[in-house]
Amino acid sequence: MTTATVQVPVQGGHGLGERLRWALRDGLLIAGRDVSHWVREPQLILWTLLFPIIFVLLFAYVLGSSMQVAGGGSYQQFLMPGMFVQTMAFGLGETVAAVQADNAKGVMDRFRSMPIAPSAVVLGRVMANMLYSVISLVVMLGCGLLVGWRWNTGLAGLALGVALLLLLRLAMMWLGIVLGLKAKSAEMANGLFGLLYPVTMLSNAFASPELMPGWLGAIATWNPLSWTTTATREAFGNPGATSGGWVSEHAVMLAVMWPLLVTAITLPFAVRAFQRLSR
Amino acid sequence: MAAHPEPAIVARGLVKTYAGKRALDGFDLEVPRGVVWGLLGPNGAGKTTAVRTLTTLLALEHGEATVAGVDVRTAPHEVRRRIGLSGQTPAVDEILGGRQNLVLFARLNRLGKRAARDRADELLTQFELQEAADKPVKQYSGGMRRRLDLAVTLLLQPEVLFLDEPTTGLDPRNRGEVWTAIRQLVADGTTVLLTTQYLDEADQLASGVSVMDRGLVIAEGRPDDLKRRVGGDRLEVTVADRADLDRARAAVARWASGDPVVDVETGTVGAPVADRVTAIGSVLEELGREGVGIDDIGLRRPTLDDVFLRLTGHSAEEAEDATDAADPATRHTDAVTDEQDERDDVEVTR
Repeated sequence: MTTATVQVPVQGGHGLGERLRWALRDGLLIAGRDVSHWVREPQLILWTLLFPIIFVLLFAYVLGSSMQVAGGGSYQQFLMPGMFVQTMAFGLGETVAAVQADNAKGVMDRFRSMPIAPSAVVLGRVMANMLYSVISLVVMLGCGLLVGWRWNTGLAGLALGVALLLLLRLAMMWLGIVLGLKAKSAEMANGLFGLLYPVTMLSNAFASPELMPGWLGAIATWNPLSWTTTATREAFGNPGATSGGWVSEHAVMLAVMWPLLVTAITLPFAVRAFQRLSR
Repeated sequence: MAAHPEPAIVARGLVKTYAGKRALDGFDLEVPRGVVWGLLGPNGAGKTTAVRTLTTLLALEHGEATVAGVDVRTAPHEVRRRIGLSGQTPAVDEILGGRQNLVLFARLNRLGKRAARDRADELLTQFELQEAADKPVKQYSGGMRRRLDLAVTLLLQPEVLFLDEPTTGLDPRNRGEVWTAIRQLVADGTTVLLTTQYLDEADQLASGVSVMDRGLVIAEGRPDDLKRRVGGDRLEVTVADRADLDRARAAVARWASGDPVVDVETGTVGAPVADRVTAIGSVLEELGREGVGIDDIGLRRPTLDDVFLRLTGHSAEEAEDATDAADPATRHTDAVTDEQDERDDVEVTR
C-alpha cells in the first residue's frame, strides 16, 4: 500500500470537552466552505446584499414621500428597523436553500459517511449563515445611516437592537434546517422566498397598522415580525414604537420570547429530521 | 500487508423496510479482502439500500453486518474511519475547485493543514486532475467529477470502498477512466464493493459478483460463470422493410447457435451466435447478396436483463415495478435520480 505520505489522522477524544472541540473545529471547516463560495462567486452574495439596498431606496424615496407614520416622525427613521427585520426574516430562505442543496447533491451523505460529529454539520451551517447575516446587517445599518436613519440610544441601545435581530435570525435557522431537510426540490426551497414577501409586508415593518383597515391592522399587529420590529424601534429610539396596545408595550419581551419559542419547537424537529435521514 | 483472515464485508440477514415494502429482505453478503466485488441488480433491487446500510447511512432493522471487521451497528463511527463511499451522484462541491474540495474533506478527515495539502496534491496527480485543480468543479466533465469524487473517498486510503453505480451516465471514454482508477485502487490493496447495472462493467472489474433481486442475493459467482449460464453473444438484425423479415430470419438462422427470435413490431431478428465475427460478416454478406435492406445490425453481449430472465424468469423491468416505491435512493435526490432512472431504463430494457 502507498501509505508513505498519509499521516495517521488525529484521534478524536471521547471526553465531552474534547468532542466539543472537534465539533467546533469541523463546524468551522464546514462554515469555511461557505466563505470560499463567497470568494469564488462574489456575484452571488453581492446580489443578495444589493437587493435590500434597492428596497431601502425604493421605500425611503419612492414610497416614503407619501408615507405617514402613526404618532408622527420621519418615515426613514420608521422604515429602517422594518428593513432590518425583513433582512433577518429572509434569512429563512437562505438556510432552506443551502440545506436543501447539500442534501440533494449528496454532500450531506458525504459528511455523514465521514468520521465527523453530526453536530458539526449543523454547527457549520449555523456559523456560516450567522456570519452572513451579520455582514448583511452591517451593510443595512450603513445603508440606513446613508439615507438619514439614526439610533438615539447609545451603544447599549444599538447592541440590544442588533441582539434582537440576530435572535430572530437564529430562530429562522432551525426552522430553515427542518424545511431544508424536508424540501423535495430546489424549486420548493426557492418558492419560500415568494411566501416570505407577503408575510413581512403584513406586519408593521413598512406601514403603521393603525393606518390600515381594521382587520388588516389586527393581523399586522399580531404578526410576530411586528413585535421584533417594534422592539427594534424601541431599542434604537425610532418612531412608531409606542402606538399603544398591550402588544407594543411588551414588544421587547415578546421579541425575546417568540424566537426562543420557535427555537424550542423547531430545534428538536431539526435534530429529528437529521436522525431520520438514517431511517 | 499482512493477510487478513476475516472478510472485508460480512452481512447476514439484513432487513430494511420502506413504507411496508422490504427493500432488503434477508440480504447476505461476504466479500473477501483485496478484490473488486460486483453487486448487480436492476433499479429497485435494493443495491443502494444495501450500500447505505453497510456505510452506516441507514440504520438496520434486522441482521448483522461487519465492515473491515467492525460492527456496523455498534461502532458506526469506527466503520466511517475505515470506509470510503462514492454515491450515485458525485458528492463534491461544485463551486470550489478540485484542490479545495480535497483539502476540505481531508481536513474534515482530521488531517492537519500541511498533510491535507500534500495528500490533495498526491491525489490530484494520481487521478490526473492537476491541470484542472483550481478550476471550479462545475466546469469539470462527468468523468473528471467522478475521478475527483473517487479521490475524495480515498483521502484516508480506506480499507473498504463502496462505489454505487460509479459509471452510470458516463460516456465510454469517461467510463474507461473510472475503470482504470478502480483497478489501481485494488492493486494498492483496497477492497471495492461496486454496484452496477452493467454486466460488462462487473466483467471488466470484478473477480466475483452477487446478483440481487427484490432485496436479497439470488446468485453469486464469477462473472464468466454467470454469463455462461446465460449464453454467449446475440446477433441482431433490423430490416428496413418488414416484408424481408422471413429472409433475414433464414439468413440469421444459418449462422446462429440457437433459435432466432423475430420481433415483428421493430422488424428485428435476434439469435445467439457462437462465432461472433464470422456470424456478423456472413449474415451481412448474405443479406447484401439477396438485396435485403437493413437499418441496423450488431452484436450484443448478454446484459444483466438476460441474466435476470435466466435466473428469475422475469425481466429487470418487472422487478423494478415491484420494488421501486421502496427504493430509498429516490428519497433524497429525487430530481437527479429520476432523471437517471429514466436513462437506466433505456439501458436495461434495451
